[in-house]
Amino acid sequence: MITGKEFKVSAIENGTVIDHIPPKSVFQVIKILHLEESDDMVLFGTNLESKKYGKKGIVKVSNKFFKKHEINKIGLVAPKATLIVIKDYKVISKEEVKLPDTIEDIVKCFNPNCITNHEKVNTKFYFIDKEDIKLRCHYCEKITDKKNMIVR
Amino acid sequence: MKNKSLVSISDYTKEQQLRILDIAEGFEKNPRQRLLENYVAATLFFEPSTRTRLSFESAVSYLGGKIIGFSDASSSSVQKGESLRDTIKTVANYSDVIIMRHPKEGSARFASEVSKVPIINAGDGANQHPTQCLLDLYSIRKTQGKLDGLNIAFVGDLKYGRTVHSLVQALCQFNCKFSLVSPEELKLPSSVKIHIKESNLEYYQTTSLEEVIPNADILYMTRIQKERFSDPMEYEKIKNSYILKNEMLHKTKSNLKILHPLPRVNEIDEDVDDNKRAYYFQQALNGVYVRQALLTSILGLK
Repeated sequence: MITGKEFKVSAIENGTVIDHIPPKSVFQVIKILHLEESDDMVLFGTNLESKKYGKKGIVKVSNKFFKKHEINKIGLVAPKATLIVIKDYKVISKEEVKLPDTIEDIVKCFNPNCITNHEKVNTKFYFIDKEDIKLRCHYCEKITDKKNMIVR
Repeated sequence: MKNKSLVSISDYTKEQQLRILDIAEGFEKNPRQRLLENYVAATLFFEPSTRTRLSFESAVSYLGGKIIGFSDASSSSVQKGESLRDTIKTVANYSDVIIMRHPKEGSARFASEVSKVPIINAGDGANQHPTQCLLDLYSIRKTQGKLDGLNIAFVGDLKYGRTVHSLVQALCQFNCKFSLVSPEELKLPSSVKIHIKESNLEYYQTTSLEEVIPNADILYMTRIQKERFSDPMEYEKIKNSYILKNEMLHKTKSNLKILHPLPRVNEIDEDVDDNKRAYYFQQALNGVYVRQALLTSILGLK
């Protein structure tokens, strides 16, 4: 351990830290990344103090190094998240989450009459607005926005 | 375009759309060509649509092809709980092309992903109906001699009419001017208007039908359905202001043509039918030629 700073959520030796998650999105991030099925140590905290955002959530996953396309989708619920890779307790890299151009599987189409809500079809969306989160369904072509987005 | 499904009008480029119109002209001159002999087309109508189905079946029949399928989901395996995926995979074994109408939006796109033969979307819920769009383009080009620089007036239910949505989107490729005539409740949605704006084209919104008649090249009429109104009083108030009558057509451009995707209820008075500007029945006939063009193009015969 390098700093004398007290950790509310213990440091990890190797793995990934996802910082600056909006407090209410912590569990969604865990769900999107399927961390509930993980066999490795997963630590999380929420409503922690943050100089930048007032309150924040954090998730630390031991021994897991995500591929970009796996982790970028959390940008849907945590657009300002920081991804920190840790090796031997040291920060190896730090970058902001970047939304991909397509979102597959994790969002439910808002249109009740969309085929994806009636058949076993993986959903797929294209971003038409990354700032405000507006997604166009690949199938029914309707737009699902932030306000009516359900992450499944 | 061989083996390329047509789900959404935007699946085809402008050039590909025009190519279909060119081929359709050939079929208008000679619709009876035995090009589909030994071919089987499946028409899967999970919800009834007599007009579209008959138009496709007529197109296939004039070309000498065979048709299999159903005209109503209640007489098919869907009734037994079969998934769309299984129905499509099965029928793709029996046919060279599948023409489908389905009540769920996105069903045709999904079908095109599980089918080994091309899919032609004949309407997926409130989403797309691309062959209607092509036949509308054909009818406009046929009557005006061009698609560029026209003044197109859309009248009626511009909010829910998918025909209007696809056609507006397609006409944005051709530098047209749009007059959008509808009651307040049924204005063109912003998701469609965005196409006009992105193409830097002019549009004019109004609630008055009479106002747009003198300058229009095309008057595209649609039906206003009572069930679209939350307040039935509101419907009663406006319903008569969107009925086109012959007496309203004395001051028009000489090239004006009146289009309607049909079926009509009362939004075009029958006294308009004999006016030389009425084109809606010819428009329906054009659908056969356009569908012949599409089928032969998708099967690689044209």
